[in-house]
Formats: sequence, C-alpha cells, structure tokens
Amino acid sequence: MTRRVVVVGAGPAGVSAALAAADAGAQVTLVDSAPTVGGQFHRQPAGAGPDKVPGGSRLVEHPRVRLLTDTVVWTVEPLHSGHLVHVRTGQADGPGRHGEALTADALVLATGAYDRALPFPGWDLPGVVTAGAAQALAKGQGIAIGDRVLVAGTGPFLLPVAQSLVGVGAQVVEVLEANGGIRGWTPSALVAGRGKLAELAGYARLLATHRVPYRTRRTVIAAHGEDRVTSVTTAALDREWRVKPGTERRLPVDAVCVGFGFTPQLELAVSARCELVDGFVEVTPTQETSVPGVFAAGELTGIGGADLAAAEGTIAGACAAGQAIPEAALRKARRGRTFAAGLANAYPVRPGWRTWPADDTLVCRCEEVTLGALRTAARERDALGVRSLKLTSRVGLGLCQGRVCGRNAAELAAGYTGGHYDPSDTARRPIAAPLRLGELAEDPEKENT
Amino acid sequence: MHSDVVVVGAGVIGAACAHALSVAGVRVTVLDRGAPASATTASGEGNVLVSDKAPGPELDLAMASRLRWPSLIASLREDLGAGAEIEWEAKGGLVVATTEAAAQPLLDFAAAQRAVGVEACAVPAERARDFEPHLTPSVTAAVHYPQDAQLQPVLAACALLAAVRKRGGTVRSGVAVSGVDTDAAGRVRAVRTSDGEVACGAVINACGPWSGAFSTAAGAPIAILPRRGIVLVTAALPATIRHKVYDADYVGAVASGDADLQTSSVVESTPAGPVLIGSSRQRVGFTDHLEVAVLRELARKAVALFPILAEVPVMRAYGGFRPYAPDHLPVIGPDPRVPGLWHATGHEGAGIGLAAATGRLMAELLTGAQPHLDPAPFRVDRPALMEAA
Repeated sequence: MTRRVVVVGAGPAGVSAALAAADAGAQVTLVDSAPTVGGQFHRQPAGAGPDKVPGGSRLVEHPRVRLLTDTVVWTVEPLHSGHLVHVRTGQADGPGRHGEALTADALVLATGAYDRALPFPGWDLPGVVTAGAAQALAKGQGIAIGDRVLVAGTGPFLLPVAQSLVGVGAQVVEVLEANGGIRGWTPSALVAGRGKLAELAGYARLLATHRVPYRTRRTVIAAHGEDRVTSVTTAALDREWRVKPGTERRLPVDAVCVGFGFTPQLELAVSARCELVDGFVEVTPTQETSVPGVFAAGELTGIGGADLAAAEGTIAGACAAGQAIPEAALRKARRGRTFAAGLANAYPVRPGWRTWPADDTLVCRCEEVTLGALRTAARERDALGVRSLKLTSRVGLGLCQGRVCGRNAAELAAGYTGGHYDPSDTARRPIAAPLRLGELAEDPEKENT
Repeated sequence: MHSDVVVVGAGVIGAACAHALSVAGVRVTVLDRGAPASATTASGEGNVLVSDKAPGPELDLAMASRLRWPSLIASLREDLGAGAEIEWEAKGGLVVATTEAAAQPLLDFAAAQRAVGVEACAVPAERARDFEPHLTPSVTAAVHYPQDAQLQPVLAACALLAAVRKRGGTVRSGVAVSGVDTDAAGRVRAVRTSDGEVACGAVINACGPWSGAFSTAAGAPIAILPRRGIVLVTAALPATIRHKVYDADYVGAVASGDADLQTSSVVESTPAGPVLIGSSRQRVGFTDHLEVAVLRELARKAVALFPILAEVPVMRAYGGFRPYAPDHLPVIGPDPRVPGLWHATGHEGAGIGLAAATGRLMAELLTGAQPHLDPAPFRVDRPALMEAA
C-alpha cells in the first residue's frame, strides 16, 4: 500500500520534505496556514504564485502531492499505527471553513519558529513590533512599519530585516546587536558558515551605503509615547545583558523592530509526545523523533536557517517515505548544524534581560499580567510550576496561549523561586489553533485516500 | 526535623488537611513530588456542588463543606489579606432536562434532596430562560440550586498552603515520598523521601489519583483508581452564562462505574471571561492522549444547551485524572493496618468542593476532637476499598 505522509508547514523544510517523500513514492499532503507556500523565509508578496519559492513549481505539479494552503492543524491524534491529523481549511473568521481528518502513516513536522520578543517598558506600545512581523509586512505587502525605525535584538536575522525595511523606503536609524556580533563566532562556525559570510558582508555593505549604524552590545531598554512609540531609550549592555549605567541615550523613532532569537513552534510536537532537548525536538539521523513515525525538520530541531532546514526536510521526507537517508542532504545537514551551533553560541539570550522590565511592565499582553503580578503569584502563591503559575497569575491564558510570553514568564519566575518551570510545558497546547465550538461539534469528513 | 504530621500531596485535599491541622496547632509538613496544585487540582472546574449528589454520606459531606467554605475563606483573608482571593462565586446551579424522559427523574431527584435539606427549587420549563436567557428553548424541566458555588481551585490550594506556612508549617515541592518507616511496634515514625527521611508522628496520603500507588508503597494498599476528565475553555466572553448549568444526565454520569466514555454538559462562565465546558469521565488508566471524539461530544452537548456558543472559539482543552474508589465514596480516616497512616483521597471530580469538610474532619479525627459529621461511611476498612486493592 502507498505510504501516506502528511507534512505540516510549507517553509523550506516542509517543501523539501514533501518533494522528497513524493519522489520516493509516497502520497503526500502538505499543509500550511498561509495562502501560499514559502513559509516565513521565502515569504511571497500577496497573490504571488508558488513558482517564486525553491521547489514550488515542482511541488504544485507533482502528481503525488496534495497542497492544502489556508489550512491549520488544530490537533494530532495517535492511531494504532500512525496519526490522525485534524485540519480546518479556509479563513479562520470566515463562514466556509471546513474540517478534515488526514490519516498519516508518517508525519513530518516542519512548523518552524517565530521570533522572540523580550519585555521592556513600553514594548506594548503600537509601533513596537517583532522583526519578523516588520519583515513580513515589507515582503508581503511592500509596506514599511515606520519612517524612522530602530532594529534591535540579537542574531544575524536583524540584518535582512533592516535590508527589507530600507528596501521599502524606511530610514533605519540604528541596528543594535545585544551580543558581540561576528566577533562571537567560533572558528568552526566561520568555516561551516562561509557561504553565509558573503551574505552578511552584502548586508553590511548595504547598511554602510544607507549610513545605518550597526552597534553591538547595545539594545533598546524602553519605548516612549502616548498612543504610539515616539522615542526609545537605548543603552549599552554588559556580557550578561545588564544595563551599563550612564550609557542610556534617547532617540526619536516612530517604529521599533525587536527580535531576540527564535522560539520553535512546538505545540504539535509536544502534543505528539516528542521528546525535547534544551527546548528543541530531539531527532535521530533520519530526523525521526522519539515517537515512531513522527519526523521533525527545520527550526523545530534547532535554529539553523533555511539551508539546514531544507536539508533536514529532504532527509525527513525520504525517510518518512521509507527510503534510506539521502547522503548529499546528510552532508549538508551536518555542515549546517555546525554553523547552527556556532550561531547559538554567538547569539544567546543572556539572563540580564530580566532586569529590563519595570514592575508595571506587562509580561503577558493578552491577559495584562504585569511583572509585579507575576512575581507576587510566583512568590506569595508559591506557584512553582508552569501550570500553577498560569492559573495563579493568568499569564499565558489569553489569545496567544503563551506563544509570546510563555518562555519569558518561565525564565522570570525561575529567578524568583526555586521552582521548576519546564519550557516545554509552556508549549503544551493540545488545541494547537483555535476553532469554533460549532466546528468542533461537527463530524469530520474523512479523507478518501 | 520532626513534624507531627506529614501530608503527602499538595493538591487541594492535602492543602485543606494541612491547613485544618495547622489551625488546630499541629506542626505540619506538606511534601509534593511536583509543584503544589499542579495535577488534579489544576485540572478541575472548581465545582462546589450539592446539586449533583443523591442523599447519602457524600451529600452530607458536600453540605458540610459548602457551609464551611465561606468561613474558611474568611480565615484565609485574616491570615493573608489580598492573597486569599480565590474567585469564590456563590452563583447557584441550574440543572435542566432536555428530553421528556429526563424531566420526571430530575424532579424526583430534587425532591429527595429537598427532603434532606438541600435547597432545590423546581423551575417551570418555560421560566428557565429567566435564569439563563441564552438557554435552548427545548427545556423540559429545570431545578435551581442556590447553594451551588464555584471557586478557582489552584488559587484556593495555594492560599491554603500559604496560610499553612504562615502558621509555621512547611511546604516542600519536588520531594517525592517513596514509603514510610515504622518503629518496633509497627507505627509510622518517618517517611522516606528523595531528599532523605522526614520524621513524623503520622502521615496523610493525599496523593489523589496516585493514592493507590502510595498506599501500596506504605504497606497498606487501598483501591483508588484514576478517571480521566477533559474540560474545554473558550475565549473570554461578556457575561453570557450566569449559573453553573448542566444537563440532568450529569447526575447519572457521576455515579456511574462504566468504563466507557461519559459526557454531559456542565457550562459556566469564569470571572476572567472564558466559559468552561466540562466534563467527560473515562476510565483509561493514566493514558492522557487527547481524544477528539471526547472533545466533540463535549462541544455538541454545550452547543445543544447554549446554541449561542457555536460561534465562540475554543482556546484550549485541559485534562486530568480524578481519584475514585470502587464505591464512589471518599476515603477519610486512619488505616487500621499501619498505625499512623491516614488517607484523604477518592473524591473523584468533587474534591474541590469537598476539601473544606474533608480537611476539618481529618483534623478532628487526628486530634481526637468530636467529628462534625459521621466519619464511618468514609472509613478505610470498607470491603470495596480493601478487596479490590
């Protein structure tokens, strides 16, 4: 019988996985919540066809690939052998969404990552956005988030964001790297990432041309304004990211883009019971997780960028379809991981960020939980685990279900008590995407493959 | 360090026992292998119900507990001030029948409860929407239970534990208890833990669904089994549902021993805005995979009760295990086989509501005071508990 492979996420990892699995003879369903393939990295202007994405044209023409865009996976259920993937297709707030349950002999999770924001006074003002959101707006709609924009955070991703902003006509007033930048790269990472260095050099030239200062060991520690951000305070940081007193500077801006690394989109992997290590999904050389028949590729297994994600996707897809590991992809993946380890080493999030927010700074924006309220819950209510922390403070119980604040709240609380706040507990979302009660009540229409 | 009493399990039952003992002047240490109030207590809806129980010892315990909660909260407020906020709402319950066949049994059940002192007021079917404007029009009978209430269980357990600490007791998390040590006379003298021995005069097994395993480790097995329950949580809504509303077949599901899935709608708003939809009951051991069929049944029944909810997004689902005894009665009292070993468990889905009286009864029995209700039905050496274990 033909193996049925369901791939979740149509970024670089998912597209490669779908192609590799289909080429290996499997019947593939590729699911993504966006209207077109590409994911965050190859984000396309609205209305663009899939041919702009590497592998995109082959994907849509492949006889054994079914592409389900505008589709969310709201839960994954284990079967006796394989999994049942519950999806809804259509606009979330539209009336025509329909449900389906896809049977997967093998499941490839390529759900990617989203960028992390850290709380500081004023981070909830309109005009303060994540770097990823600003880039999506620039790439997808051709719109600049502001006229005078500050880009701050850590990691090489800040540079293409600055480039995208410049490309849509914004003035980038500064790019602030909280770590040491390229000086923090290990020799092995420099070798493994030599292809990337040329790319980074290109960004550096562009920033120089547009007279955009790039400063290291500095970041934004406050945003000011009434109805939206009108200025920021930046400051120099020590090695642990504590503010160096006396280095504060005020700067007029009308938008701020922050990105402090990435958080993997873990909920489906957590629901499927995949083991995690250091907050990422643990995989074997075939990209199989601790759960037989469930594979993971791309940023879920470690932050490493599009090339590594694509190589991992190729391996995962081929192996999910029952083939041996493709050697070329394996070599690429190994090199990519050396580079990824170097990145993780050069651009960590240091614990000193926990000194940036004030008592009245919101930690959880959905439920409006301040730092002071979180501390009270952790200390006085003795909320020593993620579950009790959420239920005593309401942190992470709102619309985003802790996607923005979960990790931050766990790290803050760990500084207040001796409690154990397992970061994977903050990704425990058995319902991975909201659906209406009426939709949940419907009988799913089973796929006939 | 010596404690008069070690309580194993920092859920709401362990917290209530520790609190009542602390108030009685007993030196208490509460140990939990995880974080306090993070397992069964964090998976409940916060029911403080008299409406769902037939006349008998559990209803007696529920009535005593319902009386006790407000004074317990007052005492917590004295000890903790604002830290005693546990979202107590004496909102009342509304039980409705939606079929002709279910109408008379509901009214008969309410009449029997009235005879033993429960406030249970029959509401003409056509008046049910005066209580709940969004209720389905196909109600065939309804009963209003003004005594039903709700609280937020994690806040309640954490407040009780904070008061225990304030009164000189100790609460330790991340300490797993592996067994008890006895003296030459066979009496408990200490508990063995992952962090060494803790000497004590008595130990209370308040391990909830894991009480069976602990009782075995302590050398005196009792039959406490897990029953899985799932609750759905919607996005926050403006006040839409005023009472705890459930359909009358819930009463049958609670008392049932069937392993098969049972669901019946219990729908209620919370102070923060989300609507809670419970609750399923399933005997599946400690398997905690989420089953879509269970969620679908919960959703169907909630939409049947409140059609307006069809358009409301479900934000999350949470599940947990509830401890039940084969005869569906809690276990509260000393274990005759191991002097110094006590049990406070088996409350199934009613532990939040029953915690107040359970703690009080436990403290009375342990200190030799006059019990405020007959403890005999909850005794440990019932055939149902001992034979099945």
